Amino acid sequence: MSKTDESPLLALRGIGKRFPGVIALNGVDFTVRAGEIHALLGENGAGKSTLIKVITGVYAADAGAILLGGERIAPTSPRDAEETGISTVYQEVNLVPSLSIAENLCLGRQPGRFGFINWPATRRHARSALARLGLSLDVDQELGHLSVALQQMVAIARALDRKARLLILDEPTASLDEKEVADLFTLMRQLRSEGLGIVFVTHFLEQVYAVTDRITVLRNGELVGSYDTATLPRLELVSKMLGREMSPAAAASPSAAIEQRAATEVPVLTGEQVGRRGALHPVDLSVRRGEVLGLAGLLGSGRTELARLLFGIDARSSGEIRVGGSSARLHSPRDAIRQGLAFSSEDRKLEGILPWLSVRENLIIALQGKRGAWRALSRTEQDSLCSHYITALRIKTANAETPIRNLSGGNQQKVLLARWLATQPQLIILDEPTRGIDVGAKAEIEQLIAKLRRDGISVLFISSELDEIVRNSTRVLVLRERRSAGEFSGTQIAAPTLMHAMAGGHQAHE
Amino acid sequence: MTGLRKIVHSPVAWPLAGLIVLVIINAVMRPDFLHLRLLDGHLFGVPVDILNQGARALVLALGMTLVIATGGVDLSVGSVMAVAGAVAAVLLARGVDSLALVLAAALGTGIVAGLINGLLVSLAGVQPIVATLILMVAGRGVAQLITGGEVIIIKHAGFEFLGNGYLVALPFAAVLAAALFLTSHFGLRRTAAGLFVEAVGDNPIASRFAGIATARVKCLVYVFSGLCAGLAGVMAAANVRAADSYRVGENMELDAIFAVVVGGTALTGGRFLLLGSFIGALLLQTLTQTMYYAGVPPAVAPVPKALLILAVCLLQSERTRGWFQSLFKKGANA
Repeated sequence: MSKTDESPLLALRGIGKRFPGVIALNGVDFTVRAGEIHALLGENGAGKSTLIKVITGVYAADAGAILLGGERIAPTSPRDAEETGISTVYQEVNLVPSLSIAENLCLGRQPGRFGFINWPATRRHARSALARLGLSLDVDQELGHLSVALQQMVAIARALDRKARLLILDEPTASLDEKEVADLFTLMRQLRSEGLGIVFVTHFLEQVYAVTDRITVLRNGELVGSYDTATLPRLELVSKMLGREMSPAAAASPSAAIEQRAATEVPVLTGEQVGRRGALHPVDLSVRRGEVLGLAGLLGSGRTELARLLFGIDARSSGEIRVGGSSARLHSPRDAIRQGLAFSSEDRKLEGILPWLSVRENLIIALQGKRGAWRALSRTEQDSLCSHYITALRIKTANAETPIRNLSGGNQQKVLLARWLATQPQLIILDEPTRGIDVGAKAEIEQLIAKLRRDGISVLFISSELDEIVRNSTRVLVLRERRSAGEFSGTQIAAPTLMHAMAGGHQAHE
Repeated sequence: MTGLRKIVHSPVAWPLAGLIVLVIINAVMRPDFLHLRLLDGHLFGVPVDILNQGARALVLALGMTLVIATGGVDLSVGSVMAVAGAVAAVLLARGVDSLALVLAAALGTGIVAGLINGLLVSLAGVQPIVATLILMVAGRGVAQLITGGEVIIIKHAGFEFLGNGYLVALPFAAVLAAALFLTSHFGLRRTAAGLFVEAVGDNPIASRFAGIATARVKCLVYVFSGLCAGLAGVMAAANVRAADSYRVGENMELDAIFAVVVGGTALTGGRFLLLGSFIGALLLQTLTQTMYYAGVPPAVAPVPKALLILAVCLLQSERTRGWFQSLFKKGANA
């Protein structure tokens, strides 16, 4: 809190919001001045989106006050917030793609008379709203025909047309190319000079330093602090986001025994220049037998994208993948599974569980998928697999016939791990296996990783928790801004080194 | 106690209870309802009529169950019945005498229709309702083209047997439908096919990630439904000894969907219950028969049917169940 606190545009005081079982926001203060671009940063579960939803009236805060221009407001809906002068533009533009630009700009407040829309006036109004941003588009075009970048511009024009004083841009650059990002920044700077307050949510630190004046960091629903961008070193920013102090000690000693043994062996998996246009710049990697390759990087750095390419979920636009030394056909997860790969997704609910089916069915599905429909596992085989894994992974369930949705997150995760272990993979990709599960289950999953390694199974381990990466990996690949930012092994695997690589800017050497 | 509990909590308990209630009502209304007679070695009576007349709906409901289990729906089955019936009738009228050939052509028609639906849904990613609506609308036109817009009379003893024959004492159509349910049940449960269908309906993304060929599974359930519709078309044509492209299978797709839903398979996909669909189809046929007897005009007959559907949907909705439970809880606390 500096002395320049001359009546802020937006001031949140002690905002609290809890959901059943979770404190999403706890006493958060957040101030945005008129004429500034303010970055709102934090990793998964930090509370960014909850905070934005409180500001825009999607959620009502349980505690605290919101002041806009010194006056207390309590928006009850995004529309209500819009009327007080707070507009939001999302990554996925929240307009109607099948309507024209003019209709989108004037939606809800078309100029009209006697219940009829005055079309000439609507078009004139739309044109002038766009002109303010220096855009001249055919306003009769369908919005959906425009590029995402232009759609965002239209959304911003609409916000300004609604007399917005505070503009929230929620990950606007996630699907833009470099030129489009530059154009967006030019516009943001122009709006700043007109006295607008802009909240900018992004995962890209380069962009934070390119365009913002101040930074607010949240972590686990609490305020870490607000800083001037110019005086906050990038590394310090990352350490604040990850919640680690920059003590260079903390270096763990990973077992380097595998290193020597495996140096001559053919890697289980090799990727050369594996990339996908718009998602991941070409990356090299190799995983040897019994090795845990940690994949570190901030949110949006391309970790999951890489995993999806390796598992054949998305098609790669460049590079080659070899399994056990020979070039692998990987056009679908089916192909990958047949090559001995396994992939436990970070999104348990959407991409993992079959919620209405039983623990047994969830557990055997990948093995059965590998065998095909005709070679069905007998009920005896299924039951013995279930009892084996329920005991081995200590899965807490009434019995194997319980629907998996009745299990806790940690136990669901264990069933999903069992699903993949049952296929006896050579390599298992674990994408955030410890997300959203309790501490006990986390420890058990780390033990499991160690056991897999001892059994000679390779693991590609993705985690946002730097400590987990340091503790469990024998080698670490760091991604930053969708490209490789270095590989680390042995004593290099230490939080400060990795953090340097994740943050970028000044490159860290040994 | 636990045995009773198991029955009450079984998903087929509700449709079964409905069927029993309906049978009791009928038995009270008309004492001869349950009266079965053996004439010339053939069984006669109202229940036999219900089985015989319900056979087509049973066969359709079988295919529909799997389609619905994947989260889809097949609106084209009624029209596909018409096309398959037309193909069979025209071949017979042209003097083709081989029953095997006629059947192969008619069932093949159903398979092709199902394949069109399946490819539209699985490869082109068209919404099932829209994809199958295309054939629902176009199918009758195709049937008209095949028959030249006329009702074609069928005279072929072997073919007629499929719709009117008796196997020992029982109507052949009903035996065929029941046999089909049984073989499908074993075919699906002894292999992993049934599990794959349920997995795809429950969570298609997770299923794909687990290595299931989701597109193939989706396509095949429509092919199966098309095959069932083709068979139902043959049975209908054999039953009335004619191919009437206008009327045959009219609204049958809705009856099939009703039977599946009443039987406890959720329209959102996932778990399917073949036995439930079987009971559901019988329940609907019994209801139709009851209304005939009670003299309800055919134009009004859909109303009680609709009420039944409403009741079942409410029973299956979690929200209404929760509401009922909260009522009981309040009662207990008071």
